[in-house]
Amino acid sequence: MDFATLLTTLTAPFQYDFMVRATLVSALIGTVCAVLSCFVILKGWSLMGDAVSHSVLPGVVLAYILNIPFAIGAFVFGLLSVVSIGFIKSRTRIKEDTVIGVVFTTLFALGIVMMSRVSSSVHLSHILFGDILGISDSDIVQTVLIGGFTLISIFILRKDLLLFCFDPTHARSIGLNTTFLYYALLTVLALTIVAALQAVGIILVVAMLVTPGATAYLLTDKFERMLLLSVVSSVLSCVFGTYISYFIDGATGGCIVVLQGIFFILAFIFAPKHGVIAKNRERQRQQLEDRSEFAVQSADD
Amino acid sequence: MNQQIQTQIPTTSARSVALEVDHVSVAYAEGKLALRNATLKLASGSICGLIGLNGSGKSTLFKTIMGFLTPLEGTVLVEKLSSREAQKQGLVAYVPQSEEVDWNFPVSVWDVVLQGRYGHMNWLRQTKARDLEIAKQSLERVGMTEFKYRQIGELSGGQRKRAFLARALAQEGKIMLLDEPFGGVDASTEATIIKLLSELRDLGHTMLISTHDLDSVGSFCDTVALIANRTVLEYGDTKTVFTPENLMRVFGGAPSHPKN
Repeated sequence: MDFATLLTTLTAPFQYDFMVRATLVSALIGTVCAVLSCFVILKGWSLMGDAVSHSVLPGVVLAYILNIPFAIGAFVFGLLSVVSIGFIKSRTRIKEDTVIGVVFTTLFALGIVMMSRVSSSVHLSHILFGDILGISDSDIVQTVLIGGFTLISIFILRKDLLLFCFDPTHARSIGLNTTFLYYALLTVLALTIVAALQAVGIILVVAMLVTPGATAYLLTDKFERMLLLSVVSSVLSCVFGTYISYFIDGATGGCIVVLQGIFFILAFIFAPKHGVIAKNRERQRQQLEDRSEFAVQSADD
Repeated sequence: MNQQIQTQIPTTSARSVALEVDHVSVAYAEGKLALRNATLKLASGSICGLIGLNGSGKSTLFKTIMGFLTPLEGTVLVEKLSSREAQKQGLVAYVPQSEEVDWNFPVSVWDVVLQGRYGHMNWLRQTKARDLEIAKQSLERVGMTEFKYRQIGELSGGQRKRAFLARALAQEGKIMLLDEPFGGVDASTEATIIKLLSELRDLGHTMLISTHDLDSVGSFCDTVALIANRTVLEYGDTKTVFTPENLMRVFGGAPSHPKN
């Protein structure tokens, strides 16, 4: 195969309008998710992300039945799950993780039942697994609007949100409205999930909201850098995931999330300070130091 | 049964009162009392040691002073303002105990100190020259300038305490609440922190310090508040209140203390 053929093969996906659109939209979704993932993992809300994403299913089916934009139904049920979790937790002795588990599986199951009743719709299965290649114009508009709103909100509130994640007691003591910040973060979480459903679907969306932030967290101790690295790894995963899915004819959402997982594994092994190799080396250095200290002491004796 | 025995008013009472907790009772959501009939006063520019077992009501008292909990009865006044109003103005600075802080969080010492200024900034938290100046001075005051850009997890135990003390200073509140400032530090570090706290007191700062460390209390606390069974048993001058008999009442022969 000569160079020209190779080039033609490699650029083939971009001859198709739907591939170009899918790549651009997935990059946007990747950016929004990556930014939010930094807050989600620092706040310890990964399970909450999983809960909200699964809970939107009945909302999506309902929106389909009522013929309204699915984002509205998804958002309403996303918030409903959060409110129910808070309500049940405050009124029982059951721990939060259990409440989350009960609430989101129940809502998800309800969605499955509803889905099976309106089985004719192929459209709905795309909500479960994502269908970025078949994204419609109106869905793109919706994604851009939600993504833009989310990014702007986080940008404006970033300092307060970060303090809220780090030290809510201090935030409250200096007069910040932590209840507002709690719901603001949950709202952008729900919105981001709605936007990301297009790309990877309900089941995998939590990966988009957790993995890029986790990867970046292993690579740096500075928040700004963490944001940047998170966005870079996420956008690369989205773009190449979409690209690869064309060649292997595989599920796009799956390809994106697998790539994110690979980035995480690489960071886990090779991260300069918090990676496995660096940690091992540090431990060995420490042992050597202790030994030589011991040797000096023994010599003194 | 009246356990509330008020001894003489502290010697510092000639100065203005920074904090007044007057017969305060606080209830949990389910109605049980978390704090009952607690009274104590803190003069400006003094250090008060808050001594009691875990679950005796110390953290409830802190939360009430910070305005997080509304008293069922009684009043809390910070510089003559209600605790809610004081909270809005950021008058109570809280220095958390080490266990409460996520030391892996990607923030530097400088980031933490600037967080003390948020209450003084506009809603976008834009940093002004005055904020930078005060944050810088606060860092200098606790001797942490050279560690400004360290991620907080890279600090030693004593440096960690000083970083959060700098944040409380930068907040420019009227009183500071310190939660177990000597937890997990060695004796020489503790001595350094005590020296620093005494210096701050001499500069006019008012501090309420919860501590388990009885050895050091006598040496640097002006007043002591003894807390047990969800009430302030006694408060007043250290030399009058901090007696072996009183400590027996707080620590010895106490019935079971339900977790707070």
